[in-house]
Amino acid sequence: MSHALDAEPRLSPKAKAALSEGKKAERRLGLLLCAPAILIMAAVAGWPILYSLWLSLQRYDLKFPDRTEFVGLDNYVTVLTNPYWWNAMWVTVLITVVSVAVELVLGMALALIMHRTLVGRGIVRTSTLIPYGIVTVVAAFSWRYAWTPGTGYLAETVAGGDPVLTEKIPAIMVVTLAEIWKTTPFMALLLMAGLALVPDDLLKAAAMDGASAWQRFTKVMVPVMKPAILVALLFRTLDAFRIFDNLFVLTAGSQGTSSVSMLTYNNLIKGLNLGIGSTMSVLIFIAVAVIAFVFVKLFGTAAPGGDGGGRR
Amino acid sequence: MRGKGHRLAAAGGAALIATSALAGCGSGDGGITINVYKYPQENFQQIVDNCNDRAAGYEIVYHKLPREADGQREQMVRRLAAGDDDMDVLALDVTWTAELAKAGWIKEFTGQAKAQVEDGTLETPLETARYAGRLYGAPDNTNVQLLWYRGDLVPTPPKTWSEMIEMGARLEADGDDKTPGLVAAQGKQYEGLVVLYNTLVNTAGGQILDESGTKAVVDDGAVKALEVLKQFATSKVVDPSFSNAAEDDARLAMENGKAAFQLNWPYIYAAAQAVPDLAPNLKWAPYPSIDGDPAEVTVGGINYAVSAFSRHPDESFDAVSCLRSAENQKFAAINDGVPPTIESVYDDPEMAEPYPMKEAILETLKNASARPRTPAYQNVSTVISTILSPPGGIDPERTAERLRSELQDALDSKGVLP
Repeated sequence: MSHALDAEPRLSPKAKAALSEGKKAERRLGLLLCAPAILIMAAVAGWPILYSLWLSLQRYDLKFPDRTEFVGLDNYVTVLTNPYWWNAMWVTVLITVVSVAVELVLGMALALIMHRTLVGRGIVRTSTLIPYGIVTVVAAFSWRYAWTPGTGYLAETVAGGDPVLTEKIPAIMVVTLAEIWKTTPFMALLLMAGLALVPDDLLKAAAMDGASAWQRFTKVMVPVMKPAILVALLFRTLDAFRIFDNLFVLTAGSQGTSSVSMLTYNNLIKGLNLGIGSTMSVLIFIAVAVIAFVFVKLFGTAAPGGDGGGRR
Repeated sequence: MRGKGHRLAAAGGAALIATSALAGCGSGDGGITINVYKYPQENFQQIVDNCNDRAAGYEIVYHKLPREADGQREQMVRRLAAGDDDMDVLALDVTWTAELAKAGWIKEFTGQAKAQVEDGTLETPLETARYAGRLYGAPDNTNVQLLWYRGDLVPTPPKTWSEMIEMGARLEADGDDKTPGLVAAQGKQYEGLVVLYNTLVNTAGGQILDESGTKAVVDDGAVKALEVLKQFATSKVVDPSFSNAAEDDARLAMENGKAAFQLNWPYIYAAAQAVPDLAPNLKWAPYPSIDGDPAEVTVGGINYAVSAFSRHPDESFDAVSCLRSAENQKFAAINDGVPPTIESVYDDPEMAEPYPMKEAILETLKNASARPRTPAYQNVSTVISTILSPPGGIDPERTAERLRSELQDALDSKGVLP
C-alpha cells in the first residue's frame, strides 16, 4: 500500500509526456469502442423521442388516414384545455405525493429495523423485500380480488361488502395503498444503504454529549443520509409519476381514476390517435424532466458538503 | 462468468434461429397458408379442419387472439397499421367494421363473394358488416339480449319497462326473501352499458349519430332513452350493484336468487342448467319495450373480414365462405353456443334442444338495431359509457347536451379519450 503511494509521485514527472501520449490513444480507442453503443442508443432512444415530437405536431388519427395534416401546437392546446387530462394529472400527482411521502416514513422505519436487527437479520430483510419481489401485475390482481365484494377478504372485512374500486376516491386510496405496499421495501433498501454511511462513532459521540434518540436521528443521521434520501425520493417520484400497471389492473382508469400514462395509453393504443397520444407522451416526458431537474438542483445544493456553504 | 455469458449468448442465438425457422415454416412448404385470427372459440379448430378437408390448394391455420375484445382489437389493429401481410382472415366484433374499413385495412366483398354472403343472411347482422354502402364483412355469428324471468314468480312477462319495474316493486314490497323483485342488467362503465343505452335509444325511435356517422345528433328519442335509464337506475327494483355490473354479475344475481328479471345474452340459459333451483323456473320473453312497440335490441356478434394486406385474397374469401357456411354455423351454435346469422339454420331440427329460445331470438333479430357505425366507434363507445356512468346520476337534458358536444369532438378526432 505505502509502497505504491511512494512510487507514484517519483514516476510521474519523467513519464508524463509518454503517458499522456498513450492516454490520448487510449481515449481515442475508448471513444471508438463506445461509438457503436452510443449510435444504437441514439437510434433506439433518441429517434423515437424525436419522432413522437414530430407526431405530436400533426393531426394524425389512424382511423382517418386521409385527414392527416400538420397542425402546429393545436394538439397541445386540445390536451391542455381538456378536463380529462387535468383530472388525470391531479390523480397522478395525488398518488405520487401521498405514496412517496408515506413510503419515505415507512421505508425509513423499515430501514432502521433492518439495520439494527440483531437476531434473524436474514429473515427480517428477506421478508421485508417480498412485496417488492412480486411482479406488479400479479400483486395488483391479488389486491383487486381482495377488494372485490363476494370473493375478497378485504372487501368483506374492511369495506363491509362495498365495491370500493368502483368509486373514485376509495379506488384512488386502494391504488395508492397497493403502490405503497409494493414499493416501500425498495425505499427501505435505498435508505438502508444511506444508513450504512452514518459512522457509529458519530452517533456515540452525540450520545455522550447528551443527545436524545430523536435528536440523534434528526441532527446526525438525517443530515449525513441526505444524499441517499434524495436519491431514493427521486427514484420513487419518477416511478410513481408514471404509474400504469397497478391502475390498469385495479380500475383500468374507470370513474375518473386514470393516471396520465393510462390516459395516454387509451388515446394512443386504444383510440389510435397518434397525434393526441404523442402529445400526451411528450407532456409526460416534460413533466418527468422537470421533476428530475428540480431534484438534481436540490442535489447540487445538498450533496457535496452536506451542511456546508451550499445552502441557498 | 465468461462461460455463463457464452452460454447465454448461445441460447439467445439458438432461440433466434428457432423463431426464424418457425416463422418460415408457414410458407416454406410451397402451399398457400390462410391465417385466420379469431378469439379463442372452443370447437373452432374442428370447423377449420372441416374446411381444410375440402379446400383446394390452400390450408387454413387458426391463430387464437386474446380472450378480451380490447386485446383482440389492439393486436389486429397494431399489425394492420404496420401493413403485416401474414394476416388473411380476421374475426371482427360487429362494431369494428367501420373503423377498419375506413382505415383501408380490410377488403370489400364484391361480385360472387358478396352475393354468397348476402344470400339467406339475416338483415341486421348483415347491416353491421356494411360501411358507406359497401360490404366489408361476412357475419359468422350474432347475438341479442332477451328478457329472462322467474316463471314461478311472474306468471306473464312484462311488455314494457314500466310494467317490469312495477311488477318487481310489487314482489319486493312484501319484504319476503323468497320472492325477489330485482331487475339485473349491465350498468358498469363499459361496452355493456352502451349496448343497453343503444337498445333504449332505438326502441324510443331515436338516434345517437346521424346516418352517415359524422354528426352527433342525440335527438328526442335519445333523451327519452336517458329518462328511461335514469328512472330504472333510481327505482326500487334496481340491483344495488347495477352501476358496477357486467354480464356475469347480472347472471349471478339471478342464480343466487336476488333477481326476478334479467336482461342478458342467451348464454345464461346453458349456465342456469347447472343451478337446480333456477333451471326449471327460468323463462324468457322478448326484451321489454318503452311504449308498447317491439324493442329494437342491439345486436352483437362476429363478422369475418379479409385483410387488405393479404397475399392470397381469393383463397381468403373462399375460406370465409366455408368457415361461415350454414353447416358450420349450426355446428358452432350447438357446440359453442353462438347464434347463427343464416336464417335457415334456425329451422334445423337439431337446434330445438340446445336453443329452446330460438323463436324469441329470431323474432328479436328481425327487429334488431346496430350500434352507431363510425370509424371512431371505439371513441364514441368510451365517451357514452363514461358520461352515462353511473346511470343513477343521469340528468336527461344536461347529459344529452354533454353527449352531443363530446361525441362530436370524438368524431372529429379532436377530443381526448377519458
